Amino acid sequence: MNAHLVAFPREASVEQHPSLLPAIEVTGLGKTYELRPVLRNISFTLKAGGTAALLGANGAGKTTLLRILATLVKPSAGQGTVMGYDVVRDAAALRRLIGYVGHQPHVYDDLTARENLLFFARMYGLAGAAKRTDALLERVGLRAKSRERVRTLSRGQTQRLAIARGILHEPRLLLLDEPDTGLDEEASTLLDELITERAATGGATLLTTHNIAHGLSRGEDTLVLAGGRLTYNGPSRVLSPGDVRELFVARRRER
Amino acid sequence: MSDTRLFWSQVWAIIWKDLRCELRSRQVWIGMGLFALLVLVVFNFAFDLRTDNLVAVAPGALWVAFVFASMLGLGRTFNAEQDRGSMDRLLLCPVDRKAIYLAKLLGNVLFITAVEIVAVPVFAVIYNIPIITGLLIPVVLGGTIGIASIGTLFSAVAANTRAREVLLPLLVFPMIVPIVIGAVKATQSLVSPVSGDAPWLGLVLAFDVIFLSLSALTFQYVVEE
Repeated sequence: MNAHLVAFPREASVEQHPSLLPAIEVTGLGKTYELRPVLRNISFTLKAGGTAALLGANGAGKTTLLRILATLVKPSAGQGTVMGYDVVRDAAALRRLIGYVGHQPHVYDDLTARENLLFFARMYGLAGAAKRTDALLERVGLRAKSRERVRTLSRGQTQRLAIARGILHEPRLLLLDEPDTGLDEEASTLLDELITERAATGGATLLTTHNIAHGLSRGEDTLVLAGGRLTYNGPSRVLSPGDVRELFVARRRER
Repeated sequence: MSDTRLFWSQVWAIIWKDLRCELRSRQVWIGMGLFALLVLVVFNFAFDLRTDNLVAVAPGALWVAFVFASMLGLGRTFNAEQDRGSMDRLLLCPVDRKAIYLAKLLGNVLFITAVEIVAVPVFAVIYNIPIITGLLIPVVLGGTIGIASIGTLFSAVAANTRAREVLLPLLVFPMIVPIVIGAVKATQSLVSPVSGDAPWLGLVLAFDVIFLSLSALTFQYVVEE
């Protein structure tokens, strides 16, 4: 089912077609787990078609932020919208517009690669699911393995399948949580190509990675999280990997 | 695609996926079936069954076997999704949570019914009771739906806890007491009809409706944060 068939968000007006709205708009977002703040007062905007890298040390809150934007976790404070849809109020409608790839593939081991994609295509109500599935398997280099059970695939091949599932429904916003885990160089290059292709067609991407240089080269903008706070929000080109490392520890020094 | 068509297409997709995974891994069906047969055999030796107490005891043994075997399958409903992390991916899909619940429930009913189809003839032979009649179908199906409806809901609750294997029976057993009592009594009535007996099957079906409605309404709050 195409994204343009989805009803207009409440905030959108005639002047604000969804494709013109920011891909992500977050204001004062916070998340607390059992009185422990994980995210504090996060505010940023990602323009439609933009690509941003979300960098931070372990436990900085990157995955939590991504999971809030993916509607899997509710924020404790503040507000977040994706393509004008509120991540809490409009979660059901928003799920059609979001693709998510985590560092673990989380696919069904007892199904084949093709069956996995066909299953998710049916969950998204996609028309022409078989054709789309076969094209995607070809694109991620799994055509020859498409009828083999996932448990027989290598870690990298399974991650390629997870990437294919993430873009299966052509999401307007792709959230990538350390997607390179287990990927070889060829697959990593493929991921770069997919991100570039998406940007060219107006699809936005927010990605996290522990490879700072890779993050800076992939994202035109960079967000740095440290101790649950946003310590940098700006263009990637003015940052070096050393600067980012400084931003990681600056927060610790402040504390 | 209309919303209703999409809903049923998603329900069927989840059932198909679970069935295919189970047929390939054979983790649940064989274990459930063997367990049910073992319980029937053990009870047959454990009780001093005579003609005068057979009707009172045997239906109870049959339903205890069904309930114990069901627990094995119910526990796997969401544990498998949780263990491989696929539950999050399922929740990320634009799918009504009621569709997930309904699919998992129907899958469980299918798994349990398959075990019952094997266990009932074995029970009839071991206990020498002429139980296989057309009227047994609504009794067994009614009891199974009741156990599966509440079991599917609590399986989702327990899947997020560390002591899930212990927690599931602790949550489910007290809730299904009226279903089990009604099903046992209805089964007894089939074997040895008593005039003026209470409408036990009606009680089972009434609890089915209550459990199904409550579970479908609360499921969303169980699986979402």
